[in-house]
Formats: sequence, C-alpha cells, structure tokens
Amino acid sequence: MKVIYTDSLIIGGGLAGLRVAIAAKQRGYESIILSLIPAKRSHSAAAQGGMQASLGACVKGVGDDEDVHFGDTVKGSDWGCDQDVARMFVNTAPKAIRQLAAWGVPWSRVQGGDRDVIINGEKVTITEKHEAQGLITARDFGGTKKWRTCFTSDGTGHTMLYAMDNKAIQMEIPVHERKEAIALIHEDGVCNGAIVRDLITGELIAYVAKATTIATGGYGRLYSVSTNAVISEGIGTAIALETGIATLGNMEAVQFHPTAIVPVGILTTEGCRGDGGLLLDKDGYRFMPDYEPDKKELASRDVVSRRMTEHMRKGKGVTSRYGDHLWLDITLLGRKHIEKNLREVKEICEYFLGIDPVKEYIPVRPTQHYSMGGVRTKATGESPTMKGLFSAGEAACWDMHGFNRLGGNSVAETVVAGMIVGEYVADHCAANALKVSTATIELFMKKEEKKITDLLVRDYGENPFELKTQMQKIMMDKVGIFRNGEDLAQAVEELKVLNQRAKNIALRNRISSSNPELVEAIRVPKMIKMAQCVAYGALLRTESRGAHAREDYPERNDRDWLKRTLTTWTDESSDLPEVAYENLDVMRMEMPPGSRGYGVDNTVHHPDTEKRVAQVEEIKKANPTADRHEMQELLNPLTIPEKFKGKNERIGRGYK
Amino acid sequence: MSDQARILKFQIFRYNPLKPGDKPRMVTYEVTEAPGMTIFIALNDIRENQDPSLQFDFVCRAGICGSCGMVVNGRPDLACRTLTSKFPDGEIKLLPLPGFELIGDLSVNTGKFMRAMSERVESWIHDVNADEVNYDKLEERMDPDVADQIYELERCVECGCCVSACATKRMRPDFLSAVGFMRLARYSLDPRDKRTDEEFYEIIGDDDGVFGCMTLLGCEDYCPKDLPHQTQIAYLRRKMVQVR
Repeated sequence: MKVIYTDSLIIGGGLAGLRVAIAAKQRGYESIILSLIPAKRSHSAAAQGGMQASLGACVKGVGDDEDVHFGDTVKGSDWGCDQDVARMFVNTAPKAIRQLAAWGVPWSRVQGGDRDVIINGEKVTITEKHEAQGLITARDFGGTKKWRTCFTSDGTGHTMLYAMDNKAIQMEIPVHERKEAIALIHEDGVCNGAIVRDLITGELIAYVAKATTIATGGYGRLYSVSTNAVISEGIGTAIALETGIATLGNMEAVQFHPTAIVPVGILTTEGCRGDGGLLLDKDGYRFMPDYEPDKKELASRDVVSRRMTEHMRKGKGVTSRYGDHLWLDITLLGRKHIEKNLREVKEICEYFLGIDPVKEYIPVRPTQHYSMGGVRTKATGESPTMKGLFSAGEAACWDMHGFNRLGGNSVAETVVAGMIVGEYVADHCAANALKVSTATIELFMKKEEKKITDLLVRDYGENPFELKTQMQKIMMDKVGIFRNGEDLAQAVEELKVLNQRAKNIALRNRISSSNPELVEAIRVPKMIKMAQCVAYGALLRTESRGAHAREDYPERNDRDWLKRTLTTWTDESSDLPEVAYENLDVMRMEMPPGSRGYGVDNTVHHPDTEKRVAQVEEIKKANPTADRHEMQELLNPLTIPEKFKGKNERIGRGYK
Repeated sequence: MSDQARILKFQIFRYNPLKPGDKPRMVTYEVTEAPGMTIFIALNDIRENQDPSLQFDFVCRAGICGSCGMVVNGRPDLACRTLTSKFPDGEIKLLPLPGFELIGDLSVNTGKFMRAMSERVESWIHDVNADEVNYDKLEERMDPDVADQIYELERCVECGCCVSACATKRMRPDFLSAVGFMRLARYSLDPRDKRTDEEFYEIIGDDDGVFGCMTLLGCEDYCPKDLPHQTQIAYLRRKMVQVR
C-alpha cells in the first residue's frame, strides 16, 4: 500500500486550493495539491469579467467601501448568506487584490482624464481623477451600487490563476497532477486524508494529512448545458457527502447566468452588460427596462435570467433549431473597446458562432453557471461535523453567497477564502498531531479497490455515459431556472431509479490503468447522489429565494425558510439523502432582512425582523459618534485572523 | 449548408503505452456531423458511442484553458474550438502533440513540461520586498499602458502548440521554446520584477535559449492566441546581445 504523508492536503488546484496551500506553506506546513489536470488549466481561468473589491479608485467607484460591498452581497444573496462570513469577505477583498497585484496580476489601471463609456445605451464622457492615475480600476457589474469589479480585459481569472500558480511554484509547493481523490479517509469523526487514484497508471495511493481541504469547484456538470468546465462535476463535494458525517449546505441553490452562447453554453462575461451591452428580443426590442426599470440589464443574475425566460415564454424569443434565445448586443461598444476589454468574448464568438460581435448580435440564453451550495463549513472553513476537513471556494458552502452570487464575487471568494481558511488550516496543523491507524487507511483503501475490481469484472450492466446523460437531462428539464413541485417530485423519483441503476455499472474497456470509461464509472454514481441532493432540497424548499424560484411558491418566506439546508447521506444503501435545516439568526444580523428592490416585494417576514431593525436603529442612535468601523464592531463583531484586521486605505479618503 | 448531414471520417492516432503489447496505429471512426460540431463534441461522441478507451484532454472546451492542443490535419491547434465544418472533405486526421511525453492516444503531458518551464525561467515576480508589502495600503501604481502590454504577453495558455511547431525543439531537446521566451519577455517587461538583464541572460543566453532559435517561427504561425512570438524573440535577442 502506497501512503504519502503531508501536513496539509489540498484537493483541487484552482485559485482557492492554491491559495490555501500557499497560506499553509507560508506558516511552515508541508502542503500537497492534488489536481485532475495541470493547475493552470483549472476552471478558475474561465472567470472572465473580474473580481470585486471595494477599492474605489475609478470615478464611478468613489464612495465605495466594505459596507457598500457588504450590502450588495447580502442583498444579492436574498438574505440567505452568513453575514459574518460576508463581512470577513468584504473586509479582506481589498487586501487580496493588492496582494495579487504584488504577485504579478496586471490589473487594468486608472487612466486619468476623460474617457467615453456606454451607460444605459448612451455614450457618456466620464472624467477619471488624475490623482488616481495608475491605481487598479474597476468596471460595472450586475447587482452592485458602485463600479467595483477589478479586471484584466476579460481574462481576469486567467491572470489571477497564473499569478497564483506561479507563486505556488516559487514556494515549491508540489501539485500532483492527474490525480483524483475518490474517497476521504476518516476515523472517529476526524478526516485524515484521501484515497487517490492516479489517472494515468490507475494506482491507488493513500494521502494522509492533518488537514484536508476540498477545493474542487462547483457541480455545474450535473446539468446537460453548463458554462462550467467539463471537470466541474462536484466530485470533491460528493466524497465529503459519502463520509456520511460531513454536511452539504444549500445544494438547491444553483445559479443560471443570463448570457451563455447558444447552443454550447460557453459564457460571455457579465462585463458585456457591465460595459454597456444590451439584451434584445426577436424584434430587436430592449425589454429589460420594462421588467426592471431601475437596474435593467444590470439587475442581479438570478433576476435577469428569470426575466429573460419570462420574456421568451411570451413568445418574444428568437426561434432557432436549438430552441429559443435572445440577443446580446455589444455592437454599441465599438471595435476598440471590444478588442481591448472583451477580446475573449470576441474570440469565442468568432470560433464557436462564426460571427463578429463588433457588427452582429450574440445569441444567448440563461445557462447553469454557479453552485452556491457545497461542503458546509464554519467561518473558519472547517466542516462543523468533521474535524480536519476544510473546504474553500465554489466547492464550499462557506456561505457568503446565500441563494444568489453576485458577478465578480466568485474569484474574489476563491482568493479571500483561500487566505482566511488557509490560516485556519495552518492553525489546525499547529494544534493537532496526525493520529490515524494504518488499519483505518487500509480499510478505506480496500473498500475503493473492491469497488474498482467489481467494475472491472462485471460482465453485464449499465453504461455510465448513458446514466450521466439521463441524469443531466432530468436536472435540465425539471430542476432549472423556474421550478415547481410536480416536476421536482418527478425528478426526485427518476433520480432514485438512476441511483439504483448506478450500482450496476459494467465496462466495455476493462483495464485498470488510464481508462476514461472507468473514470466515468467511478464518478457517475457520485454525481447522481449530488443531483439528488439538489433536486430533493429544491422540492422541500417551498419558497422562492435568490436563484431558487418556485412557481408554486413565488414569495420569499423568511418566516418559515430563513434557514440553510443541510444534507447528509448517512446510510450508503439509502436511495435518498437526509435533509435538515439550521436557522439563520435574524437577531444577530448586521443587515436585517429587507427588500432587494426587484419586482413586487411579496416577502413573508420573519417575526424577528422588525425587532432587529428597531434594535439596529437603537444601537445607531445610542452611538451617534461611532464611525463606520466602530458601528460594524457593535453590530457584527468579527473573529478574523489577526493579519487581516487592518483598515483598508482608499484614494482621497485614507483609512476612513 | 444543406440539411443532409455529412459523415465525417476521423483518423485518430491510437496507442496506450501502459497496455502491454499495444502498438501505435491509426484508427478510422465515422461520425455523423451535427450543426456547430467541434472536434470536442465529435471526440466525446466517439468515446461514448464507439470506443470508451479513447484518451484525450478537454477542460474548458471554450479555447481558454489550453488543454486540448493536438495536431489537426497537420497543424497544431486547440481542438475544442475547431469546427468540423472547416474541413470541406470531411476528413480529419488527429495526432497527439509531438515534443511532449505521450500519456495515451491524443493525450500528452503538457503539465509536466510547463511546470519545468516555469521553474526554469523562474516564472514569478522577483522582488525581495514582495512578501513585506502592507496590503492595507494603496497598491503600487502602474502605468495603465504597461499593465495592458503585460496582459498582451500573459495571454499564453500553455497549450504547447508553439513547442510542437518548433523545428529547433526537434533538434535540441532542451530548447526552451517560444512559450518560455514569452513568459520571460512578460517578466522582463514588468516593472514589479526586479531581475536585471544579466540575470535573464543566465536563463536564456545560450543555444538552448534565445540564441538557439533558428527563426523558422512555427510558433508565430500556429499560436492559437496570436501572441507576438516573432517580435518578442527578436526583442529578447537584441537585449541579450547587449549584455555581453
């Protein structure tokens, strides 16, 4: 049995995983990253538009700060997020972006003086301040009060990932490529590492560690059409679920991005609309102002996706052989702007659609994009139920996004969570000895070996590719943007059947080394379980919140549903997960529930909301001289690693 | 395009070095073309419906991650964004990228090569003070045009097409190749990197570096991101000649 020991094991080599490894290594703990692929090819690279951080350097960002970013994030989450975590996040994001600047990201910078921009379909001249010359600039994104999304053209994720991986290489952090974690090793409720399959040789290796961090990204590929990379199958999250001990949070919270190209579902960044692009229907009519007169195309993502779907249901979509779609018009931005700031979008249009977006409209429709749900963690990033198991980034339900993530907050989360969780991982390594019996390691190893042997010797059975396609279709048709009880109940039943069928997979290519069919056979049963968590959670949640929109329960119901879904799978033979809930405590909220400002506010309020609103008012009145930092301390005192406690400086404002 | 679907003929290099007795060979597969079909879609179709052992690498399938470099009808290119409609006779021959360790079929180990390249050119900001920065303070300013120029050179996705298209690399196994030159040019342009030209010379000032390039410029011709390899190699050469 091959065993590799380390202090900190990180599963996933994207931005979050790399940053956790860097933090642990900086504190002197050996870290190994496992990755399916070379780290620089991770899905983080696909984040085009930018990273939110309230630097307030560009003129349209003046007045921005942590508080404004916090308000946008909480509203965006439809009050479903953990406000302590959202606070940690917004306070640390400016530091994260400045650190990345020092590590080599060529952030686009402020150019003092006049420049022409497109706002609300009109050309407007704005004047950047000369004193801000050379500081990191920002663009507009949906659901934000200020221009806060920092960027490098539309290759932001790429430059961030390259800087981060290069930093890891500088620090001599090993990335074990083409390795897949297929089970977690655990004993007495403590995680001790993972059983890992080498995707080239097929060898199984036990990686044993004090701290194990899951940073494997989202589960978008549970759906037939997704903007996600093909590796975003949620396997890291699934192996946490399969422990029967770790919990998953808010799995039903799945985001659909308004503008993926039709039919292949490749993303065109929100930056298209942030920079002034418009959504048009089959008549060339700009419909968003009719639905959302205030924010229009730049309403929050869940809202825009629903409005687009509503509009297509009214017969206003453009019909095509791939179903209806709408148009994204960026022609008004002009060639110069597109070739400088939206060049990936331009390349994608040229290669996949054969069109020039400088002159032609882009066919788009809402498409699965982001997983708010994932491995439930405390604010430290550790699982509340399994010691030594951490998670960061999209794989986690750290829970700064609640039921809808703002554009630009995803890559921001990866690096900020990486910084913060990385410190707690290091603390964990400092405080704990590695205690696991070799018998336990062997037990987990044998179990995985047996599963693979069973697959290799079975003569007749199910085709893993077919099972996956069927699962993806169920999710697509019945657990989509708009949901209803009848479809969801059907989805839950159909997935149960697939769950059972997945126990009887047989292979045509029966070799244990490099074998794509075997990889699929190992993953598909895990993916089906994940799909069941999403569908079942969606069926049980009889309200609409953020991206979870129930046609039969259209109101946000704080009274009954201001709570986080927790999913476990304790009985391996069961064909359905167990679902429980934890309440969000209104009386501790820095920002008590209110209206997001979209459409009609039909919220069923929580009995504590009024009380907390009054209490917040009282605290404010009782402390008339408190500045915003002191006020935040009073309303939401934070525990955060010492090194991230400093106030952030802004041009023209200092540390105020 | 007529509605009559074409039958595409894929000739694919097959060889699994881990399978005892396996021999390199070309195998032909037929696929019914669908509108908007890319090589990514076609290869998955073959794997799912004809041969589940077929190895290839895709990640983003959007032309941004650099995983799927392969030789398509004689040209190194990103397979994911190559539409099958581009080939009038419907015949598509696929080979793995040369110059890299073969994993199997169309899959090669670019990751190992690129990590070694990054270590060799020390692909990071060299600044002894970088870890002492106080991130609460305003970031160091940068000329906006310089930031844009750095991004131009940083658009490389490490797909390996330039390495496969390089004749010098065939003759000199340790030749750094365009991907390495581009990376170095990127850092030499970056004011945050405090390395001197003498230090860069230590890395590329020999025949396995920039002086070995025979300027056949396959890199320039086949770079899927249209990076300015020719200009940067010439620039580095001029710079390095001035060092000694």
